[in-house]
This record gives sequence, C-alpha cells and structure tokens, in this order.
Amino acid sequence: MKKVMVGNHAVSWGVKLARAEVISAYPITPQTQIVEELSEMVAGGDLPARFIKVESEHSAMAACIGASATGARTFTATSSQGLALMHELLHWAAGGRLPVVMADVNRALAPGWNIWTDQNDSLAQRDTGWIQLYCENNQEVLDTTILAFRLAEEVDLPVMLVLDAFYLSHTSEPVDVPDTELVDAFLPPRVARHRLDTADPHSYGALVKPDAYMEMRLHQQQAMSAAGEAHERFARDWSARTGRAWPALEAYRADDAELVLVTSGTITSTAREVVDGWRARGERVGLVKVKMFRPFPTAALRAMLRGKRRVAVLDRNISPGHGGIFAEEIRSALYDVPLDDRPALWGFILGLGGRDVTPETIDEIVVRTREAEGAPEREDIWVGVKV
Amino acid sequence: MSQIMIRDRVPANELLHPGHLACPGCGGAIAMKLVLNTLGPKTIIVMPACCWTVIAGPWPQSSLGVPVYHTAFETGGAVASGIRAALDVQGDTETTVMAWAGDGGTFDIGLQALSGAAERNEDILYVCYDNEAYMNTGIQRSSATPWGAWTTTTPAVQPQGTIKKDIMAIMAAHRVPYAATACVSYPADLVEKVKRAHGTRGTRFLHILSPCPPGWKYPDEQTVELGRAAVRTRIFPLLEVENGARWRFTVDHPGHDVGAYVRAQGRFRHLDESAIAHIQEDVDARWEVLMKRVVHGT
Repeated sequence: MKKVMVGNHAVSWGVKLARAEVISAYPITPQTQIVEELSEMVAGGDLPARFIKVESEHSAMAACIGASATGARTFTATSSQGLALMHELLHWAAGGRLPVVMADVNRALAPGWNIWTDQNDSLAQRDTGWIQLYCENNQEVLDTTILAFRLAEEVDLPVMLVLDAFYLSHTSEPVDVPDTELVDAFLPPRVARHRLDTADPHSYGALVKPDAYMEMRLHQQQAMSAAGEAHERFARDWSARTGRAWPALEAYRADDAELVLVTSGTITSTAREVVDGWRARGERVGLVKVKMFRPFPTAALRAMLRGKRRVAVLDRNISPGHGGIFAEEIRSALYDVPLDDRPALWGFILGLGGRDVTPETIDEIVVRTREAEGAPEREDIWVGVKV
Repeated sequence: MSQIMIRDRVPANELLHPGHLACPGCGGAIAMKLVLNTLGPKTIIVMPACCWTVIAGPWPQSSLGVPVYHTAFETGGAVASGIRAALDVQGDTETTVMAWAGDGGTFDIGLQALSGAAERNEDILYVCYDNEAYMNTGIQRSSATPWGAWTTTTPAVQPQGTIKKDIMAIMAAHRVPYAATACVSYPADLVEKVKRAHGTRGTRFLHILSPCPPGWKYPDEQTVELGRAAVRTRIFPLLEVENGARWRFTVDHPGHDVGAYVRAQGRFRHLDESAIAHIQEDVDARWEVLMKRVVHGT
C-alpha cells in the first residue's frame, strides 16, 4: 500500500508493523511527530503496546532498558540534546546487551539553539556500542525501522536508525507500506535469550572485577562483528520480499570511477544528481553511500575504494580538533590498502546546523578534488562557509 | 512488642542469603531482609547505585533470591517503570517491581525519575533505605544528611549546614496511593507497612531509616537502639500517608530529648550544647508542622 508520509511517520509505521510492545519517549523537535503518531496508534488500539510518557530522555532510555531486560520489544525516539542526555544509558543498553531500537532525528547541538540537521548528535555516540544505520529517504526509514528490530534481537545489541531533520523528518514522500503478513514473516515475535524472571532469578549488571570485565567487552565486540554479517543477511531477505535493497554500503556508478564521493543521509540523493551530471559530460565520477556506521564496514569499503585515484568524503559533522568523522574513519580503513592502490582522500565539512547542501555545493567539491595537485591541503576543508 | 510476636509477624521465607557484603550492624541489610521476606519471591528488584550495589555481591554471585537489575544511579523510578510495562504487556500483574535505592539515589540524583514515576502513578514499590549520606563512596553529604552532621565533604569545622529534605512531603504532594516511613528498629511496624504497600496498586513509597555504624560513627551493636532513639525523639517519626492526604502516626513518639541520640554518634561529636539545642528546636518545630498535617489529614 502506497502512502504519502513524512519521515517521522515512516518511523511510526515501521514501529507499528514491528509490533513494538513497550515505547517510552520524551518530545523534542524535530522528533515529535514520531511519538505523536505512536501515541495515536497506541491510544486507538492499532498498536497494542504500553507507551510510557516519561519526564526526560534519560528516563526514556532507562524505561526502555527495564522493559527490554524483561523481554519486551522496545522502542524510543529522540534527537540532538535528548540523545546527548541519554549518553550514559546508551552504554547501559549496549553493555547490557539489550535490543532496544531508537530513531534519532539528526539535529545540531546547542549553543546556539539550532533545530536543523547535522550528524554530531549521533556520531558523538559512536563509542557507546550501538549499531548505527543512516537513511537516505523515507522508504529506507520505514524499511530500516523494521529491519532494526530483527538485527537488534539477532545479536542482542541496540540499534539506532538515523534520519535527517526536516529533509526527511518533515518532508513528505510516497512510501510503500508493506503488508502486516510480510512483516510478520520477516520479523517473528521477540524471544529473549535472557530476561528478568522470578521463576529463574538472576542478577544483571552487578559489580564485575577486572578478571571478568574485559571478556564482557570482548563478547560485545564479537556481537558487533556478527552484526555486520547479520545485517547483510537480513537486508538480502528484505530485498527478496519487497524488491528494495538497503545495503550497508552502496556503490553508485563507482565501478570505473576515478573520483568517488562518499556520503551518508540525504546528501546522498543530491550527490547522485551531481554524479549523473558529471557522467553525462563523460567524467568518471561515482558515489559510495555509507548506511552502516557501526559496525563500520571496513573490509567492504576498502574493496570499493581500492584502486580509485581520488576520494572526497562529505561530512555533515565535525570532530573539533580533528576533522570530519566519516573522513577520519575512512582514512583509517584505507591505511591497510597498499600505497599503489590507495586513493588520496579529501575530507569536506559542510551543511552544519542545517545549512543547505545544494548540487552546486557538491559540484564545487568535485571540482576542487579533481583539480587538486598533490596531497590535500588540510584534513578538513570547509565548504559553503562565509569567510 | 515482644520478640516472639515480631518473629511471628516477619515471614520466614529467607530471600537474603548468607555471604552478602554488608558491614556489621548495617541497617540497610536489616531493611532488605524485612522488606524482601515480606514481599516474597515474586519480586523483581531494580538496584540503582547505592551500598546495596556492593552488598548484593559481585558477579557471578548474588545474595538475593529474586531477580536483580543493577542500573544507573538516577534511574530507579524509570527502570522500574519499564519493567512494570513489560510485565503488564506479558499479562503478569502479580509480580512486584521494587526499586531499592539509597538516600542519594532518592533525595538527590534519582529525584526526577522518582517524581516522574510517582506522577504517572506507576504500579511500583519504591523503597529508599536512608543512611543519611553517600556511604558507599565514603560518607559524603547528601540532601538527606541531617543538620550539623560531619561527613567527608562537610568537615567538622563546617558541618552540614542545611536541613534534611522533607521527602515525605514531596511524595505526598504527588498524591501517591501509599507512602510511609519506617525504621529497622520497629520490624513489626515495618512489615505491616510492606504488607499494606504490597496490597496497594499504583506508586508506593517506603522511606526506611537505616542507621549506619561506619557512617554515623557508633559501635555496630547499637543500630537498633539508635534507630529507636531517632523515632522516640521525633527526629524520624513513623507514619503513613494515603493518597497524599491522610497522614497517620503508626507508633508512639514520646518526644525524648535529642541530646542522648546526638551524643551517641561520632558524626555529631563536634557539636556544642547550643548546636544540640538548635537541633532540638528544629525537631520541635517540624513536629508542630507534622501534627497539623496529621490532624488535618485524619
């Protein structure tokens, strides 16, 4: 069934189809439509779940942790400051191996107050142990929401799906809403491997001494590694059922490309147009879209970029004192490529705090990368700034 | 109350097992034993950071015969809400979800999540075992620390200069169905309150005074005596509040002079007679306020 919906409602519909059992959330612009729609669904009986309307994002994640530890399929959504407030509990969810699913609407952090998109909120949570999946359009948002539950419950790790503020959250697009039967076949009810149960009492999260803590982190890391493989399997399964493929990495006209743009989120759609333009002029420009940021698809990315001459990474984020966060990750991934096959990499910072990224912005990046002589002048090249 | 009667009224099923790591004379351990044995095995404990994080035992051991979920300091009310929601979805309305927090996790860092849970009237039991400071981290002051007390962050030359936060008034203002104070020195009274809480739906709050030998600086064997003195001096009245309106005392409070209670504890050793008189004045003033609440609410 095709419906026209904003990205936020695509999340809500995904959660409904996934039959989430406990939802806990706190409102923040631009996430609010997700929880408003879910409130309607729960109140109207369309989604037989408990919705705990908490007094902060911190408590939202805490309630999700309690519910998930008791075996329920659990969801929350937030953005920006709310995600930052949750930070401590993101570690508790991941370290507790709880398959909580969360939607983060990418929004810039204050000060100054800014409700528009950039990726610093989610990327600041890089090391909390959450799987992170970035979406390009509303169809991908809905499909990824459903897949996120299956992936989380397969590897016992929490999943954050990420969508751009306003460019997705508040923008209407036609979305194919899959049938309930299709989703039920893809995503069976959760069967928790461990849960709070008075008939089989256990203690969770107790004091762990140095002789055991490290192994727990190793198991977490092994689950993260397994998540990459599991995502590939589930993405293929989803594709077989719906005809829609959302791989961890997508190469677009990149096979014979000399210059490859690397993007995530909605900038990808703009970059596709730009790539088509250069291709029409006979230039070998291609694109790699990064959907999965954690676990980072290092090997696949290496294979895609190996032998290319120039790579331009577009970062709608900044790690102050270093550079664009995707660029740093990709530089690191390419280090093991032999020098002869290793592309030069330009890292561009753009679009912070919702600044528009137009085809012209990306054209400028292509031109600067093509025409650069020698090594990049610096690790972070800011474009579209008024200086 | 004779010992025989107390034994009759405290259920025998033992859910706090030997090997726990409480200090000798720990009021918090007595509190857990009384509360948990009364609630029985169909109980899930949410344990934000507190002394009991350690007392319960390190992984892979547990001294408690029920499921325990250890969690972040400020999350007792919220994690308990989540567990309750999941149990409800699964059709289990019988299991009691109990948040078990210290005074720091209740009066200070956990107050927001507790207020949220109480405002939503979550069907949980929240127990604060109050030893009047951050004892687990080494006796730092909290907003439950009484005026005049020494702690490691309120040295004797500048002891606690604020009055203990009135947590019962805060909880009553949320109009929770049942809230009560209790003390480990009055086990029969405590057990009755746990039973009342157990039989009530919605948010239930128990505030249990739990004397602490290393933190209050007194010999281990005086825990019960000191708790009793706290009640008899009206420093810690034992009462219950229904729906935030009906306040009721549950034991007699003869109003003994506070001097002996204060002088028995090393944490007050630096206080002179005028300071002790100040404590007495404050106790008397708070008693006047409380009498109005009790009269008004009855």
